[in-house]
Amino acid sequence: MLKDGRVFVIPCSGIGKALGTVGRAAMYEVVEKLRPNEATTICLPLLTIGDEAVLKLARNNPCISVDGCPFQCARKNIEASKGKLVASFMVTDVLRENKDLKPKAVTELDPKGLKLASILAEKLATQIDEINNNNR
Amino acid sequence: MAIVKDKVGVVSCSGEDLPEGTISRIATRIVLEKLRPNDTVTICLPLFLAGSEDERAFARVFPTIAIDGCDKRCAEVGTKKYSGKPVATIVVSEIMQKYPYLKAKSRGKLSAKEKELALKVAEEIAAKVDEVLERKKRGDSN
Repeated sequence: MLKDGRVFVIPCSGIGKALGTVGRAAMYEVVEKLRPNEATTICLPLLTIGDEAVLKLARNNPCISVDGCPFQCARKNIEASKGKLVASFMVTDVLRENKDLKPKAVTELDPKGLKLASILAEKLATQIDEINNNNR
Repeated sequence: MAIVKDKVGVVSCSGEDLPEGTISRIATRIVLEKLRPNDTVTICLPLFLAGSEDERAFARVFPTIAIDGCDKRCAEVGTKKYSGKPVATIVVSEIMQKYPYLKAKSRGKLSAKEKELALKVAEEIAAKVDEVLERKKRGDSN
């Protein structure tokens, strides 16, 4: 399926922290279930290494970063690639609003982590709708 | 800067767009948590660009194995570009050729077969970790 013309949701996928996994799970919930025709993703590492095809996609389409920790690797890599960053989400902000949903496992999310990912996914879907409404 | 001899850095591509990226990420976590918890450390690949010189020193401090989902080899290329040349690279799509009955289809939650594949990849990573540590013990830098 063509990727051009959709909103790119790009999580950090942080491998060292559970909140990186939450961001990644939220992205899949959005691009595979909630907004499969409006949103898609690209590999963040491809942006990091400067892959020409992925750079072009990130520069020509609205991008949303999703970060698990204050390093904000997704946001910084999109900015460094001169991608069209239109919104940034921090998993820590969603956790702050839902303090009882602190996930523990990194590899496979526990029920709390999955719930946190679903809440974030809803927020991402709302943001995608706003972006698309503004572009009409 | 001195190489830390008793730990191996494992850097995974994480490739969000491909099932193989999820396999590489999960396999790396299995090595870190279960197979070689005392011998391995990791770092987020995008942190090489987003972080400071401390993060970029990673592959100069630890002998590093890159774990890539596909032949674009982002972990190998990114580690080399921002930090230092990995001592080895493992590519999930190449390992999959050895196990044609184990397909990677999901990017999110893994099926039983995909978990089995992740474990196979993790075992290959663990074997490579042992090899790197053995080489270091012998004082062989290659």
